Amino acid sequence: MLALFLRDIRLSIRAGGGALTGVIFFLAVIVTIPFGVGPDLNLLSRIGPAILWIAALLACLLGLDRLFQADREDGSLDLLVLNGDRHMLALTVLTKCLAHWTGSVLPLVVAAPLLGLFMNMEPLGIGATALTLLVGTPAITFIGAAGAAVAVALPRGGLLISVLVLPLTIPVLIFGVSASYGAVADPAPFLQPFLILAALTLFLAVLGPLAAALALRHGTD
Amino acid sequence: MRLIAENLGGERGGETVFSNIGFALDKGEALIVTGPNGAGKSTLLRIVAGLLPVAEGKIRFEGGGEAFPTAASASHYLGHLNAMKTALSVEENLGFWRAFQGEPALSVGEALETVALGGLGHLPFGYLSTGQRRRASIAKLLVTRRPVWLLDEPTAGLDKASEERFAGLMRGHLRDGGIVVAATHLPLGLEGAREMQMRVAG
Repeated sequence: MLALFLRDIRLSIRAGGGALTGVIFFLAVIVTIPFGVGPDLNLLSRIGPAILWIAALLACLLGLDRLFQADREDGSLDLLVLNGDRHMLALTVLTKCLAHWTGSVLPLVVAAPLLGLFMNMEPLGIGATALTLLVGTPAITFIGAAGAAVAVALPRGGLLISVLVLPLTIPVLIFGVSASYGAVADPAPFLQPFLILAALTLFLAVLGPLAAALALRHGTD
Repeated sequence: MRLIAENLGGERGGETVFSNIGFALDKGEALIVTGPNGAGKSTLLRIVAGLLPVAEGKIRFEGGGEAFPTAASASHYLGHLNAMKTALSVEENLGFWRAFQGEPALSVGEALETVALGGLGHLPFGYLSTGQRRRASIAKLLVTRRPVWLLDEPTAGLDKASEERFAGLMRGHLRDGGIVVAATHLPLGLEGAREMQMRVAG
């Protein structure tokens, strides 16, 4: 399993891996927003956490279609399924998800505080948003894995995955954004939505890989 | 150790490709599956490997002990695709499969020497020629131990010398008590192997 994790990390940072694509897309979206919304600093700092979350969500979805498709195209997926008796397929999927998150999504979380400055957010708000992103984005990867497994046989499944996955990520988005607001706006609570966000991630860490493994096992041809 | 298929039937997209196929292979035995395109050779191998559902019949693997409880867990599958990443070096690719698949056998360096790719291990897999890629993929069979080798057109793209070397590897595997099931159009140079002719279902 460690070997699989290291291999996927290596692939994501080598040429064509796409670890940087997500960060650059994230940067592009955040930098564009102030031009569209206008130079109203209060407005920017108010919508900042929401914009960071939406941009991170879209950047997460960007690389998901390659999660299993690359392995399918070169035949690796067959061998991963074939070894299902030694390594439960759901655990293999979980490992691939964690590697994908570390390689492609963690850079977004690291870049988020810097981009929070572009949105005129205060330090506490930036910290809270980065923390909710750190806890919440794995959930998006786990849901996305199920979508990617369903669409693995389709040549251009990227859009379909986004359409399939986006509605399911709404709860993650809602609790992520409300926890970020809770840290800065006084009457709103921080801890409760944050704990629900953590619970969502843990729940989906089980459900997502199980669903993806089921789809992969029945999707081989 | 015994690989048994009883009244096996295979489907592709709801259409029956073949039915009523049976064989039983003891250790040291090889089965060569021949037949025209579309007869279901690849489908048969994928069903034995557990990559496609069994439409009818049964596949059993006996005497594998704790290490190899099922046919899938006892099998190496060498398909049309090489299952190697072009961005990683040959050594990294083989090292990954050796660590992931369990039951390690030869080291990566030894396996590469065996397929005459010694000294090329540091190159990215994408830089190799078609025949060299196939040989690297064959080295994958050597880095971990599996009693059953399921080979789909294993010699596609290999030159004469590599074909003979691969025949030698298969003979060695059979001598060590392994089982080989190979689908092919070309003679593989295995004496005493059983042959099974498949026909296009009509």
